[in-house]
Amino acid sequence: MKYDKILLEHGSGGLLSNELVANIFLPHFSNSFLERLEDSAILSIGNHKFCFTTDSYVVSPVFFPGGNIGSLAVHGTVNDLAVCGGKPLYMSAGYILEEGFPFAALTEIVQSMADAARGAGIKIVTGDTKVVSRGAVDGIFINTSGIGIIEYEGDLSIKSIKPGDAVILNGTIGDHGAAIMKARENLGLEADIVSDSAPLNGLIAEILKVSTDIHCMRDATRGGLGAILAEIAKSANVDININEQDIPICENVRGICEILGLDPLFLANEGKMVVFCPPAEASKVITVMKGHEFGRNAAVIGNAGESGQGRVVLKTSIGGERIIDLPTGELVPRIC
Amino acid sequence: MKYIDEYRDPALVKGLLAKIRKAADRIDHPVTIMEICGSHTYAIGRFGIRNMLPDNINLVSGPGCPVCVTSARDVDIALHLSRQDKVIFATFGDMLRVPGSNGDSLQRQRAEGSDVRVVSSSDECIELAQNFPQKEIIMMGIGFETTTPTVAVTVDRCRKKRIENFSVFSVHKVVPPAIEALIADPGLNIDGFLCPGHVSTMIGSNAYSMIPEAGCAAVITGFEPVDILEGIWMILEQIANNKFEVAIQYSRGVKPEGNVRAMDLVQSLFKTDTVEWRGIGPIPESGLVFRDVYAAYDTLKKFSVPDIQSVDVKGCGCGDILRGIKSPDQCALFRKVCTPANPIGPCMVSSEGSCSTYYKYH
Ligand code: SF4
Repeated sequence: MKYDKILLEHGSGGLLSNELVANIFLPHFSNSFLERLEDSAILSIGNHKFCFTTDSYVVSPVFFPGGNIGSLAVHGTVNDLAVCGGKPLYMSAGYILEEGFPFAALTEIVQSMADAARGAGIKIVTGDTKVVSRGAVDGIFINTSGIGIIEYEGDLSIKSIKPGDAVILNGTIGDHGAAIMKARENLGLEADIVSDSAPLNGLIAEILKVSTDIHCMRDATRGGLGAILAEIAKSANVDININEQDIPICENVRGICEILGLDPLFLANEGKMVVFCPPAEASKVITVMKGHEFGRNAAVIGNAGESGQGRVVLKTSIGGERIIDLPTGELVPRIC
Repeated sequence: MKYIDEYRDPALVKGLLAKIRKAADRIDHPVTIMEICGSHTYAIGRFGIRNMLPDNINLVSGPGCPVCVTSARDVDIALHLSRQDKVIFATFGDMLRVPGSNGDSLQRQRAEGSDVRVVSSSDECIELAQNFPQKEIIMMGIGFETTTPTVAVTVDRCRKKRIENFSVFSVHKVVPPAIEALIADPGLNIDGFLCPGHVSTMIGSNAYSMIPEAGCAAVITGFEPVDILEGIWMILEQIANNKFEVAIQYSRGVKPEGNVRAMDLVQSLFKTDTVEWRGIGPIPESGLVFRDVYAAYDTLKKFSVPDIQSVDVKGCGCGDILRGIKSPDQCALFRKVCTPANPIGPCMVSSEGSCSTYYKYH
């Protein structure tokens, strides 16, 4: 039975989010730029290639270990540009503030946005502020858009993925989702868990310097590594094989997942990406990653298979197999 | 997390698989093993255990996922309660998407404006009750022997703190009567039962004595892959030797008499009654309802519930699946109409449900 209203689950980054895009936005806005459905639109102006992206941030709580809604908004925008091969240049920041929101908190958020932007080498060049009455939003929501210039020659796209490509991840999964869970729930856990929110443009620039044969990069945010791989496998129509054993994860994140019965594969990240490249390029990429502060725990976690059923097959830690599909249900709402 | 890794050691797993193969070779018929508990179903899927086993071993999932066995009527009542004025309806996340009679769910009810909140422990309800003194906090009390004590503790705490704007809509159930009903079912063809370790720490191993009496193997098993494989091997040994008993694989914490203190607390709050299990029907003495002295915390005493005419969704084979008679792919709706995004029956909703596990891991 179909239901005709928006559910929280439509914002989860899982199956319902995809349906929403496919059924409502795409048919109305349809154009070739949007239909690529990648992290940024790729545009040409004159002889230059640009990437353009937008995102809204509604995370609760607004402050969490490892960052706040402001730094998150900058990193998210920077990463969406960088994985498309873009050098982030300019961004906007739009605020929707709830009546009664403390100045001190806003100042802290804006301060950390400024720091994050400086760190990532992007300039916040335009903005907007709206205030709504108490209860109309939860404290503060931020929308950002970003624009970057693409100098990389290759076509970084899901469509460029080839059978046999190595799948590389730049570090531990689930840190952001777990940090939010921990900050939100009164779990009484001692364990230290910090969000991985970070700008990936520096690391990506170094990767693209050492290899001219990178096929695809995506950041694994909402929906986690599992959702991004499932999405890539479906849209590239290749199978992706990954090994559970090779996927890096912090002990504390794993602990919280065991306790809460969560699957870290579907927990959000804010500083993680997957890179698809020919196996011959993998060691170069890994070396660059390991030498960079945001890639120290990088690992090859699997490869793109030969056949094309569009499935992600996970080899479990004990040698069994399971299929990873787009998640359904609200995993952890309002994580970003 | 060294503690967990020990139970996922690939070398141990290999050794157990070899033992399983050997035992299976000694049995000249196909063996059907039912995991009673949803947590087992989930772990079997998550670690890909099903396709590691020899061909003549078939694992089927029983009625042990609390969400899956919640009747359409109980969901309808929950929906009705969540619509009441000044009510905050608190529930564990898995219940959100379970459809009632007409396809409505708590998730949709929330989109319609009801104040439905997901909690991850019953204690969060105490906080809600204190933060919203002008509202009534109704918690959907769902689960088996392992969750019931925590809910009982919360109710007890509320009584001591004199918190009055909190009540529990109890759809709690107990496991042994359901096993008895299964064993008595002539359609059923089960050779052995994987009994849930954590439930057993509460109720003790004695509670399963009717299984060997009926000529079936029973092993109380933990939830790590190594536990499950060892449990399966122990079941096969019983079958191969034609000697049946309640064996304990999960020795971390199971006593024959169980956790007497927790069970006493539960018994002081609740009494058993005949309740409806989705797909199976009414099972005598299988549900927990509040004793009269706790009426102040019994949602069904505080609110009047109209006589709702509930119907199970047509074509949903949950009942046969919960009884281990059919596997999910034998349901005509499976994957075609019923998917995790558009679940028709509760078995497709819960992360521990047979249909959703089957959908995800096959
Ligand atoms: S597949 Fe869906 S309809 Fe069929 S039994 Fe499972 S939950 Fe019910």
